[in-house]
Amino acid sequence: MAEPSHPGGRRPGWQALDRGQRARPWEWVAEQAIRVVSVTAIVLVFLIFVFVMREALPVLLGRVNSAAAQERRALPVEQMDRLDPEELRQYLELSRKEFAEMDRDTLRLLMEVKLEAAEEVPEDKDAPLNTAAWRYLLGPHQWTGYDRPAYIWQPVSSIHKYNIVPLIVGSLKTSVVALLFAVPLALAAALYVSQLAPPRLKEWVKPGIELLAGIPSVVLGFFGLVVLATFLQQVCGYASRLNAFVAGIALGLACIPVIFSIAEDALTSVPRSFSEAALALGSSRWQAAWQVVLPAAVPGVFAAIVLGFGRAVGETMVVLMASGNASLLTWSVFDSTRTMTATIAAELAETVFGGHHYRILFLLGALLFAVTFLSNLLGELVIQRLKRRLEGGR
Amino acid sequence: MDDVSLPKVRLPEPAPEPSPGGAGAGEALLRTEGLSLWYGSARALHNITLGIPPHRVTAFIGPSGCGKSTLLRCFNRLNDLIDHVRIEGRVAIAGHDLYGPGVDAIELRKRVGMVFQKSNPFPKSIYENIAYALRLHGLRERRRLDEVVEQSLRGAALWDEVKDRLHRSALGLSGGQQQRLCIARAIAIQPDILLMDEPASALDPIATARIEDLILELKQRFTIVIVTHNMQQAARISDYTAFFYLGELIEFDTTRRVFTNPSQQQTEDYVTGRFG
Repeated sequence: MAEPSHPGGRRPGWQALDRGQRARPWEWVAEQAIRVVSVTAIVLVFLIFVFVMREALPVLLGRVNSAAAQERRALPVEQMDRLDPEELRQYLELSRKEFAEMDRDTLRLLMEVKLEAAEEVPEDKDAPLNTAAWRYLLGPHQWTGYDRPAYIWQPVSSIHKYNIVPLIVGSLKTSVVALLFAVPLALAAALYVSQLAPPRLKEWVKPGIELLAGIPSVVLGFFGLVVLATFLQQVCGYASRLNAFVAGIALGLACIPVIFSIAEDALTSVPRSFSEAALALGSSRWQAAWQVVLPAAVPGVFAAIVLGFGRAVGETMVVLMASGNASLLTWSVFDSTRTMTATIAAELAETVFGGHHYRILFLLGALLFAVTFLSNLLGELVIQRLKRRLEGGR
Repeated sequence: MDDVSLPKVRLPEPAPEPSPGGAGAGEALLRTEGLSLWYGSARALHNITLGIPPHRVTAFIGPSGCGKSTLLRCFNRLNDLIDHVRIEGRVAIAGHDLYGPGVDAIELRKRVGMVFQKSNPFPKSIYENIAYALRLHGLRERRRLDEVVEQSLRGAALWDEVKDRLHRSALGLSGGQQQRLCIARAIAIQPDILLMDEPASALDPIATARIEDLILELKQRFTIVIVTHNMQQAARISDYTAFFYLGELIEFDTTRRVFTNPSQQQTEDYVTGRFG
């Protein structure tokens, strides 16, 4: 009987054990390459966060002043010579380098500009207010021309009103409408497709609904703007054609495939033995799906809803087109509304780079970041608890 | 010969003599006549005719893939859920055709309980596992529920182990306890027939012994059909034994006769461990 030959040809000696990494250099290279790629991806995401936070930080720290009339004396040009250079530099708000490069005529011109600006300050009681301070960002204020304190987002003209509460409420309203519309539909569809539908139908319905995720949101927005808005106004008979309700429904269409897809996976992955057990006890297929399979899939279904919420809060184009974009603070879903995302999209291009408006829009971005982060975190915690409860323990 | 292969096996009392497949068929509770079943184009059951007598334990034995479980699942129509299944022939309980038109499969499954190979308690509390089954049958009154839950758990010899943690998750129980919970759940709804698909195959010998004792007790109240791979188990607990091979019923007789004096060579080879 011939000894079976060693699969690698000659049998290596025991010293082959000591070769370590050198034995398989290409595997080492591949491992390192994969590590670099994954670290890059994580770092990139982190850098986005750092960038957004950096731009928003001055507002968070209260270092931005958006007052139309800043508390400052405007000096007559003749006084220029009485100031020492350091005082003059600070008065003109120049860096040392800029100051050093300017000749006397330029400085004189700047003095005149300063004086003109001071003369143009509006004669408004609100002009000296720093509207980018926290109390104006979050609290109501009785602006000139209003008969009572109000929450106003109006970053135009000389006095910028930066109250973000109407935008937060707008985002919440549309998201809640979207979820109220999308969750029941998506869950019912997921339950039907995963538990009750004949397999041939399932093969069509599942990709069909997931195809909805591929519709560009601008198309959904267009559909909401043109078709849904008219239809819903005729049915419900409210006053303003574009409002949180229309935007919410259109947004719901964008959320359905997200919720459906994840919930369907969760329901399908419930062991068949659960539904068999229920059926063998004499439950109908519907009862087995609703009373046994759905509760067993609750963690996954909850994750689906959290992700759907994330999509609803973060979606921009649909709400920009279908919500009416009036930043009113009302709780009625039938009023025109404006969300945080739509505000950023609509206004960022018109802001002064690095200015207060710019920074406050980044603050909205950071806020959106925080909302999605917190909802995902909260969702994860709830899911962990649900899982522990399902899997024993308590 | 048989003494060599089956040492210390306690054989049940001789059951009523008439062969259940043939002459004594009149007293069978569950009968199949010429039952054949196909999964798509693969034929899983060939022309099975047998009668299962009431208040006895009938064991189905045979090598893997011989159709025992498939046949078992015909008795509560659980095969309905699998696509492309085709059935010919007749299955009847007390003369009622299970596959006839207008059969209420849900009512059928309330009368024919089942315990699965892999214990499958719901991811609910121990109490809820049984209460769920009872609610399906319209029992909602809290006091009655408590009562029947306790009875069923006692019936499955599980009460003493779980009475202090009825409202904890059933998935925290050990494998043997889970399986007894499934039995408790199945008997809670008082079926007429209890189907058991290798109920002890995933359990250790001690848990297996408890389940077997339980089956012998349950026989007083239910007609039991059990699929098993364990021949000693079939010999210990069953009154009748059916031997299947490749989808055909090779032999069906009293357990004593199948194990001591089988009429077919194939049966003898299998029960003595020569193949399978």
